[in-house]
Amino acid sequence: MTERSVVHATFVINRVYDASPARVFKAFSNSEARDRWFVKSEGWPVAEYTYDFRVGGQEHGRFSPDGKMIVLNETTYWDIVPDQRIISAYAMDIDGNRISVSVATIELKPEGKGTRLTYTEQGAFLDGYDIPAQREAGCRDLYEKLAVELERQGEDA
Amino acid sequence: MTNQQPSLDLMFQALADPSRRSIVERLCAGPASVSELAQPLAMSLPSVMQHLQLLEGSGLIRSEKVGRVRTCRLEPEALSAAETWINERRVLMERKLDRLGEYLRATAGDEDN
Repeated sequence: MTERSVVHATFVINRVYDASPARVFKAFSNSEARDRWFVKSEGWPVAEYTYDFRVGGQEHGRFSPDGKMIVLNETTYWDIVPDQRIISAYAMDIDGNRISVSVATIELKPEGKGTRLTYTEQGAFLDGYDIPAQREAGCRDLYEKLAVELERQGEDA
Repeated sequence: MTNQQPSLDLMFQALADPSRRSIVERLCAGPASVSELAQPLAMSLPSVMQHLQLLEGSGLIRSEKVGRVRTCRLEPEALSAAETWINERRVLMERKLDRLGEYLRATAGDEDN
């Protein structure tokens, strides 16, 4: 039996790009551009992908990072203000288990000659994450990253 | 992300030792008694206890004594599976936004704006 649980979490990522808000926005609105930096950037085999970038439009993708696990991503765009704002809601499944449902907000603001992009994700992260083998793998992964960080700090010292 | 921020300094300090890292790795698989944790380590029980105290002080693990057996487990608030997952999601998104930066640099000359 899967133990049901929900964790609510928000995270924010900021980036400043040396490009106008219009160019940054175009990297989202133009499906070819989107394909290049977003869809295929992980190098994951793409089983299915559709993209309909307009309010009410949907993005649907099925990927298999390791050839076994199937990751499903279903996104609906709810607010689009050209060059300024994109709000979507998306759900993610792993092997048929829903692992999260999130609202993702992208804000674009001019900064100097460039653009500040603020990505805010507010999500309900579900029991799907709590598959013991994955939890253990995730845990190990985290410690490996910590170990790398420690080594780097050691070198700096 | 949970809002609680365990002391990173103490956590790093606690993890800066291979024995303590191996204890934490063992606890990734589930709770264990002190003697189970001590078994694979080539050191005395009091030394193991010292390592455990340091780990517990950092907030990475907690322990409770039932009868004569002290059982240790990873502190779920400090290092929950959910947090690991959410961090992975963040890292994935950070990578994608870095790729967006690379894309924008690579196409800087292509467009008229």
